[in-house]
Amino acid sequence: MSTILETHGLTMRFGGVVAVNNVNFSLLERELRCLVGPNGAGKSTFFKCLTGQYPLSHENGRVLIRGADVTGWETYEIVRSGVGIKTQIPSVMNGLTVQENLWLAARRIHGWHGARGAMEEIADELHLGDLLRRNVGELSHGQRQMVEIGIVLVQRPWLVLLDEPAAGMTGNEVERLIGVVRRINLTASVIVVDHDMEFVRLLNSRVTVFHQGAILVEGPSDQVLADPAVLEVYIGSRAT
Amino acid sequence: MTDWPSAGRIRWGWFLLAAAILVLLPLVTETLTPTLLLIWALFALSLGMMWGFAGLLSFGHAAYFGLGAYTYAIAVLNIGESTVPLLLSLIVPAAVAAAIGAMMFYGRISDVYMGVITLVVTLILFKFMSATAGDAYKIGAARLGGFNGIPGYPTLNAPGFPDISLFGMPTYYICAAALLLSYLLWRWILARSFGRVLIGIRENEMRCELLGYNVAAYKTGIFALSAAMAGLAGCLFANWAEIVTPAMFGLSQAAEVLIWVIVGGLGTLIGPILGAVVLGYVKILLGQQTLIDNSLILGALLIFVVLAMPRGVVPALQLVWGSIRRRARARSGRHGTRRRLGVSPAERV
Repeated sequence: MSTILETHGLTMRFGGVVAVNNVNFSLLERELRCLVGPNGAGKSTFFKCLTGQYPLSHENGRVLIRGADVTGWETYEIVRSGVGIKTQIPSVMNGLTVQENLWLAARRIHGWHGARGAMEEIADELHLGDLLRRNVGELSHGQRQMVEIGIVLVQRPWLVLLDEPAAGMTGNEVERLIGVVRRINLTASVIVVDHDMEFVRLLNSRVTVFHQGAILVEGPSDQVLADPAVLEVYIGSRAT
Repeated sequence: MTDWPSAGRIRWGWFLLAAAILVLLPLVTETLTPTLLLIWALFALSLGMMWGFAGLLSFGHAAYFGLGAYTYAIAVLNIGESTVPLLLSLIVPAAVAAAIGAMMFYGRISDVYMGVITLVVTLILFKFMSATAGDAYKIGAARLGGFNGIPGYPTLNAPGFPDISLFGMPTYYICAAALLLSYLLWRWILARSFGRVLIGIRENEMRCELLGYNVAAYKTGIFALSAAMAGLAGCLFANWAEIVTPAMFGLSQAAEVLIWVIVGGLGTLIGPILGAVVLGYVKILLGQQTLIDNSLILGALLIFVVLAMPRGVVPALQLVWGSIRRRARARSGRHGTRRRLGVSPAERV
């Protein structure tokens, strides 16, 4: 399988703080990868570098998507190359209905006439049908997370980046989310950023552990999550 | 097509009623004051669309109002016929706004910084135009005239016939048509993808970017369109007043339109129109007395509306109307249930 996402020497500094430190990362086509690490490990900064939310230049290293150098691209250009992005805090249009949110996401890809069908399909898949006419701002945190996932999926991306998708969800919602992530992975590569080890264990994928802005270890989830170095970083940091 | 409540819709009954009133109004009153009120309404509508639906607050929208007026005056003095100057009065403000907008939005300047930049632009134009009294300041046959402005230019004529003047009642009907067509244009835009994306940008700019929309291009587009409409209002004002002066770029003009939009109601198209017409008329009435400064009364009115109805008068009335309709529906629903159950209202006691 071919590599669809690569970073070479990716570095991001904020003043004297090195949030992402010389990260070399690669993701294969149709791969599901979890990025884990304690708070402050640099996962979300790395995520924002990938999505253009932090403007990059070649001094920050290089990001390649399907072989194309996207370093310095605007976020909307990266999205247009087929990347779907779900942010850490649900980024939805709270003043609009669920239907309007999904329609806006579907319109660019499916056109004026195809948007409605695509929207209804994704609403069925995520059990959002009863919420379509509700304002997103009125929904629970977990429901808004699901709306945002719907917004991402209706764009039919081939690379999906999910930043803490399970945050604030109930047990049932998390179970459904795992099914959704697996279904997405049938047609797209997926990166899930999370620090919930149980959620990562249930996804049972390859895992990359971040620590102090750099990659600490990488490998299959059962092997990585049992790694003493990971336990020390993770549980040690939780214990403090 | 899907249901999009946030974009609103045309209520054709109300629209046709308003059109009929505008057509028949000259039968019962003079047209000078209504013409001015229509021009102000058009100006407020231009800002109301950009601010209320795209979330872009310009403190200096008067810049484009003034540019439209000056462009018309300068062009008509040079060309002699009004058709091209009328078109230029839309194109020049739109081009200036597109250039300023592109610099701001591609430079990721927004919120209060955008407000400051737009305000500074109009104040620079005010200062510059006020300092153009010398002979050196002329464009072709048009002397800019400094603080005294440009008087004595030809007003609108029938397209292609410079001798057939449209001053007076025809200008009133031109203003009425401009307002009604502008309203329909904004409604059409809001029903299309462009308008819906603008609403999305107002709600969450980052999400729209994450959906692959070029947010800066959309914002620049609506900024330029709104400036074109403000320019048209300026051109019509120039025809109404028969003189253009730097005061059109002034702080007072810039503040007034903001007040009309806030009081009328953000996020509606009818709010800014009503705000401009009602407050404009109040201003004219207050201008006829010398007992109290009219700015004080308008300021007090603004404070009252902001405190009592933060979203403006029209949205507040819409809320009240919606609640009355819901109650009436609930009551008729209860009565229907009683009737179906064979229980008369009297038996409820």
